[in-house]
Formats: sequence, C-alpha cells, structure tokens
Amino acid sequence: MFAELWKTFTDALEDLGSVVHFLFRLVGNSPPALLRFNLISQQIFNSGALSLVIIMLSGLFVGMVLGLQGFQLLQRFGSGESLGTAVAIGLVKELGPVVTALLFAGRAGTALASELGLMRATDQISAMEMMAVDPIQRVVVPRFLGGVIAMPLLAAIFSVIGIYGAQLVGVQIMGVDAGSFWSQMRSAVSLTDVTEGIVKSLAFGVACSLIAVYQGYYATPTAEGVGRATTRTVVTSAVVILFLDYLITAAFL
Amino acid sequence: MSKSRTLNLGTGSFVVLGFAALFFLTTQTTSHGLAVFGPPRYEITAKFDNIGDLKVGAPVSMSGVEVGRVAKIDFDSNDYKAIVLLRLNARYNKIPVDSDASIYTQGLLGGKFIGLTAGGADTYLKDKGKIDFTQSAFVLENLIGQVLANFTKSKADAQASGAADTKPEKAK
Repeated sequence: MFAELWKTFTDALEDLGSVVHFLFRLVGNSPPALLRFNLISQQIFNSGALSLVIIMLSGLFVGMVLGLQGFQLLQRFGSGESLGTAVAIGLVKELGPVVTALLFAGRAGTALASELGLMRATDQISAMEMMAVDPIQRVVVPRFLGGVIAMPLLAAIFSVIGIYGAQLVGVQIMGVDAGSFWSQMRSAVSLTDVTEGIVKSLAFGVACSLIAVYQGYYATPTAEGVGRATTRTVVTSAVVILFLDYLITAAFL
Repeated sequence: MSKSRTLNLGTGSFVVLGFAALFFLTTQTTSHGLAVFGPPRYEITAKFDNIGDLKVGAPVSMSGVEVGRVAKIDFDSNDYKAIVLLRLNARYNKIPVDSDASIYTQGLLGGKFIGLTAGGADTYLKDKGKIDFTQSAFVLENLIGQVLANFTKSKADAQASGAADTKPEKAK
C-alpha cells in the first residue's frame, strides 16, 4: 500500500515536472512566434471573442444574483446603500477572475485540448515534424499566447457586465439610490483591488492555457485518449485555478 | 481574404472591448480617476498628534464639499507626529494660512476624513504649505479610558469624602 502511495506521489511530481518543462519550452518559443502575429490573433479570436457570449451572459446573471443576495443581506444591517461596494469588490477581486477562468477552461480549454489531441491522433503533428516545421512554434505557442492574452480581457468584461447587472437589480428593482451605489463603490474600491483582479486573471490565463495545451499535445493518440485529455483539462484547471486563487489572495493581503 | 478580414475584425473588436472594460474598472469603479490627466494639484501638509485610522485616499472636505484627498501619510520621528499630505484640486487654492484641519468620522462607525475650516487671514497657503492648527482624531478607546478613569476617581473621591465627611463632590 505504501508502495502504491509512493508511486502516485512520484507520478504526480513527474507530471508537474514535465508541465514546468513544457512551460519553459513554450516561453522560449514565444519571441519567434510573436513575429507571426496573425496566428496569435486567430487564436485570440478562437478563445477570446468566441467565449464572449457565455462570459457576458454569465457575468450578467452573476451580477444580478449578487445584487439580489447582497441587497437582502445588507438591508438587514440597514446599509443597502453599500451594495455597490460589496458587488464591485466581490466581482473585481474574486468572482470575475475565478468564474471567468472556470468558464474559460470549459469553453476554450476543452476546445484547445481536443483540437491538439486530434491533431496528435491524426498524425498531423508528426507530419509537421517531418516537414521540419516545429509544431510547438507553429501550433502550440499561438494557442497558448492567445489564451493568455484573452483571459484578462474576458475577466474585465465579466466584471463590468456583472457590476451593471447588479446595478440593474439593485437600483432599478430594489430601489437603491444610483448615486450612492456608484459613489460608495468609488470611494471603497482601490486600485490595488483592480490590480489584484488583473494579476489573478493573468495567472489563471497562463495556468488554463498551459494545462489545455499540455493535455492536448501529450494526449494518447486514440479517440479515448482525446476524450480523457479533455476531461483532465477541465478537472486540473478547476483545481489549479482555485489553488492559485488562494495563493494570490494571500499574497495581496 | 474576406474571411481573414472578418476574423481580424472580430479579434480587434474583442481586444478593444476588453481594454475598454479594463479602463472602466480602473477609472470608474475606483476613486483613482484619470490620475495622469487629472486636474492641477495643490498640496499642503498638516501635522497631527494622532490620526486614528485615517487612510491614504480619504477625502478632504471644506464646508462638507470634497476638495481633495489624503495623498500620503508619514511619521516624523523628530517630534513624534504624523505628517499628512493633502492633495487638493488647484481650484481651491485660496486657503487662509490660519485655517485648521481636524480629523472627523463619517457616520457613527465610518472611515475618517479631514475637514478644513477656513481661518480669517488675508494671506493664503502656498503650494507645499503647512497647516499649523490641527486637531487629532477622536479615538474611542481614549474616550472610554477617560470616562472610566473619571468614574473610578469620582467613586474614590466620594468614598474619601464620605469617610472624612468633607465637601461632597458630584461626579461629572
């Protein structure tokens, strides 16, 4: 039993090591890939612009729910006016980056992983290698960078839509004063809060894209292997996002 | 060709939207505003014995109107006082030299802010000028401490006076 535990532990370490190694390869290949910006721009479109609908809809509803719940809770203490503060801080620091990253892993991460996995399964990657085209530079790095660039932008859009959703519910339906909603938010939210959100979404962007690309690139070249790579992408991303979230929150305290 | 055009258009609009959102978050949800293009400033300093929990970014008001913000808080180790740098909008640069600055509390348990009360002098504070008359923050613990001290003192006095039977003194 100890031997099994030990093996699980060393396997996990080995996985972590190869992910880190892969990250270094990607970073090393990034400068030449940046020169071919068309490829990256296409990937920003794929993982960013195509995720907009789900991000905006979720942002709207998360904001509206926060508006309702926050108002009910704050009203008990007679401070319904600070709804704007509560919603903005919650969205900008925490919910915006985390929910966006989870949705991003589900929407864009799976697409990346299955696309690369299928390329692997149908020998497209080997074909590129044979034609002396570096698949890392041509295929993997643009996808990785596209995700890294798209993620903070998506998180910012999510937060803004969420704040407007909360304003919709709080001000239009529940009758909080619009002036105090915005002015209390402005006086309580500091630039560090926004920076924390941006740092988080950047870190999540790197983590999500890296995991998706890694799982896809090293997928077992079978139908089952591609399926498993996709599942693993979502599971690992979710855990890593929440873990990083705790770390970054603690670092900013 | 037209396909790549729509694609670039989509990417472009997405990036513009994303940066617009970032811009909104940094300027509209925070009090930071457009610091780079902000109005011209006018800075004055004030020394306080105790600033309580005054924070950087707290409002500075005159007659209840917000005229600026607390830009920096520092400690002077020569005379053991807090130095507060107030950054005011340059529109409000006619502050008499004998004005006084006090630290007030917003609401019952709200944050602290600085209130300026204009003095009567004809000369005005220059940029980087210093306010001489200040009043420290009202610290709840000190007040409770004083009340308790008064209370025990008056009790002791009452007992002493009861024993010695001299002038009976009422507690304040």
